[in-house]
Amino acid sequence: MSIAETFAKAKAENRSVLVGCMPAGFPTVDHSIEQMIAMHEAGCDVIEVELPYSDPVMDGPVIQKASDIALANGVRTKDTLKIIDAVSSAGATVVLMTYWNPIEKYGVDAFARDLAAAGATGLITPDLIPDEAAEWIAASDAHRIDRTFLLAPSSTDERIRMTLENCRGFVYATALMGVTGARTSVSSQAPELVARIRAIDPELPVGVGLGVGNGRQAAEVAAFADGVIVGSALIRCVLEAPDRAAGLGNLRALSAELAEGVRTPR
Amino acid sequence: MSAPALPDLAGHFGRYGGRFVPEALIKALDELDAAYRSAKRDPEFQARFQDLLLNYAGVPSLLYRATRLSEKLGAEILLKREDLNHTGAHKVRNVLGQALLAKRMGKPRVIAETGAGQHGVASATAAALLDLECVVYMGEMDTERQALNVARMRMLGATVVPVTNGSRTLKDALNEALRDWVTTVDTTHYLLGTAAGPHPFPELVRDFVGGIGVEARAQCLEQIGRLPDAVAACVGGGSNAIGIFHAFVPDEGVRLYGFEAGGDGVETGRHAASITGGSVGVLHGNRTYLLQDDDGQTIESHSISAGLDYPGVGPEHAWLHDTGRAVYEPVTDAEAMSAFTLLCRTEGIIPAIESAHALAGAAKIALRLREELGRTPTIVVNLSGRGDKDVHTAGAYFGILDEVEKVVPGENT
Repeated sequence: MSIAETFAKAKAENRSVLVGCMPAGFPTVDHSIEQMIAMHEAGCDVIEVELPYSDPVMDGPVIQKASDIALANGVRTKDTLKIIDAVSSAGATVVLMTYWNPIEKYGVDAFARDLAAAGATGLITPDLIPDEAAEWIAASDAHRIDRTFLLAPSSTDERIRMTLENCRGFVYATALMGVTGARTSVSSQAPELVARIRAIDPELPVGVGLGVGNGRQAAEVAAFADGVIVGSALIRCVLEAPDRAAGLGNLRALSAELAEGVRTPR
Repeated sequence: MSAPALPDLAGHFGRYGGRFVPEALIKALDELDAAYRSAKRDPEFQARFQDLLLNYAGVPSLLYRATRLSEKLGAEILLKREDLNHTGAHKVRNVLGQALLAKRMGKPRVIAETGAGQHGVASATAAALLDLECVVYMGEMDTERQALNVARMRMLGATVVPVTNGSRTLKDALNEALRDWVTTVDTTHYLLGTAAGPHPFPELVRDFVGGIGVEARAQCLEQIGRLPDAVAACVGGGSNAIGIFHAFVPDEGVRLYGFEAGGDGVETGRHAASITGGSVGVLHGNRTYLLQDDDGQTIESHSISAGLDYPGVGPEHAWLHDTGRAVYEPVTDAEAMSAFTLLCRTEGIIPAIESAHALAGAAKIALRLREELGRTPTIVVNLSGRGDKDVHTAGAYFGILDEVEKVVPGENT
C-alpha cells in the first residue's frame, strides 16, 4: 500500500496510522527483518526502517545504541535495501529514514532508483531540509518516492508552508524540541504544531513523533494526529530483553498495544 | 571584476557549506544569522569586541621575525604569535566574539564541544568573563587524556560532560552538543569552536578570527615593506587557517598553504587529512571534505595533535582547495614533531603540536619557493597556539618523561 492509501484507509476507519521504527541490521540483518515483520503482523501500519549512521544528531541514546550495534555488526547500505525488500515483500508499507550523507555517497538518483526497486514508498530525511534538497526532490520525483521532511515547534509559518509544499505522503512533526526517545508525558507543543500545520494545509497527513512509548500516549497523540510514530520504545523491547524470544514477544506485545492505542475512539 | 562575496546568503561556498541540520535548529540559526549581521554593523558591538581583544586577550599578537629558524629553513620566517594571546591560542578571538553575541541575543547559557580541551577552556574563560553558564561536551577518551584541561574548565566554573557514545572523541562531543542545542535552543547559544558547521558558523567564526590575517598583513607591510610570498597554517577544522588566509585571499601574489594532519601518513589510512585524504560529503551541518567509508559512514581520524584530530574541515577550505586559491598538503606526526623540536631549540618557543604542523609545512615549501623564485622566500607562519598543553604528549613522544619522573622524587629525599 502506498503512504497515501495507508493514511486514507486509517481515516476511513476513523483512526490514526501507527508507524513503527527499527534500525536496519540491529542487531543483525536477519534479526532486524524478523523484528520488522513481527511489528507489521502485530499492527504497525508502516515500518520505518532507519539506516544506521555513525553520527545521528537527531537521535537519543536508544537509537544511537541500536545503530552502533548494527554498524559494529557490519551492516551496509546495500543490506538496508535488502531488508526493505524483504519487509515490503512480506506485505508491509515501508519508508526509510536516513541521515543525508549515506545517500549522497551512494549517489542520489541511484539511491532513489534502488529504494523504489526495493519496495520503499517514502523517505524521511531528518537532516535534510527542503532548502538543500533540490537534487533529492528531482530524484524522488523521477522514481516516485514520497518525501517526508520534518517540522518542529520552532518552525515559523513561512517554513511550515515551504516544507509542506515539498512533502509528499506525510509530514513528520517533531512533538517537542529534542531528540528521539520515549518520554513520560506527551508534549503539549505537539497539538499546537499540528494545528498550525493543518491551518496551512488541511490535506497532507501529519505524523507525530518523539516521545511516544505506550498505548495510552499513542491514543493521546492519535486524538490530534493522522499518524503516531514510535521508535525508541520498540527498540528497547529488543535491546533490554534477556533473550531473542522474549525480545520478539515484547515487540509484538508493544506493537499490539500501540495499535490499540491509535484505534481508541477520539 | 571582483568576485561576489562568499558565502552566499544561504551559507554556500560554491557547492560547500549550507545547512544540513534538523529543522528544529533552523530558527535558532536564522536568529543567530540576523543577530550576527546586526552586530557586524553596530559600532558599539564592534568597539566592545575590539576592546576585549586589545585589553583582555592581548591582541594584536606580534609578528616576529624568527632569525635562527629562518637560517635553518633557508627562508625568511615571520611567526604570527597567536600563542601569546590569553588562553594561549587564536581561539580566544572566536569565543569572545560569540560570547558577546550570546549576550546580545539574551541567551544566558552557552554550550561548546571540545577535543583536547582548548576550545572548552577558551569557552569557559569567555563565559566566566561575561557571566554566562557554560557546559562543555568532551569525548570520554579525551577527558581521560586531557585531565588538566578538564580541571581548568571546572576551575573557570564550567560543567564538563564526558560523552560516552560513538567513538567517544571530538566528533561525538559535537553530536552531543547539537543534541543539547536542539533541546535548549531558546536559552542557549552553541559556541561552536571552528569555522565549520551549519551556516552562519563558518562565516561568523571566520570573521571573528579574521583579525589574524588583517594584522599579519599590516605588520608585514610595516616590517618588510611588502607582502609575504606565502602564508602557512595548520588545518583541522580550519579556524586559525581561515583566520590568517582571509585577508590575503585577494592578494594574488601571496600563496596560501594549509597543512593537514597526516598522522602516520595519508597512505596508511591513519590520518586526519580531510582534503588530501578524504572525499566530499555532509557532516555536522555542512557539505565539505571528510573522512568516510564507501557507505558515507564517518571514519575516525588519527593525529598526534588532538586539535587537528577531526574527520571534517570547514567548507571555505574545501572551496579554496577546489578553486586552487589555497594549497593543502599533509604533514605527518613525525614531521610535525621534528619541527616542534626545531622551534624549541632555535627560538625558545614551545609551539602547540597543531602549529608545529604549519612549521613543518613551511620547511617543505621553503625549498620549493626558493627554487621557483630564485631568491629567499618570505613565509608568514601562523603560530596558532602555545605548547604548554602538549608537554605531556611531546614528552612521551620524545621519551623524556621518564627522566623527569626519576629526577623529581630524588629531589625530595
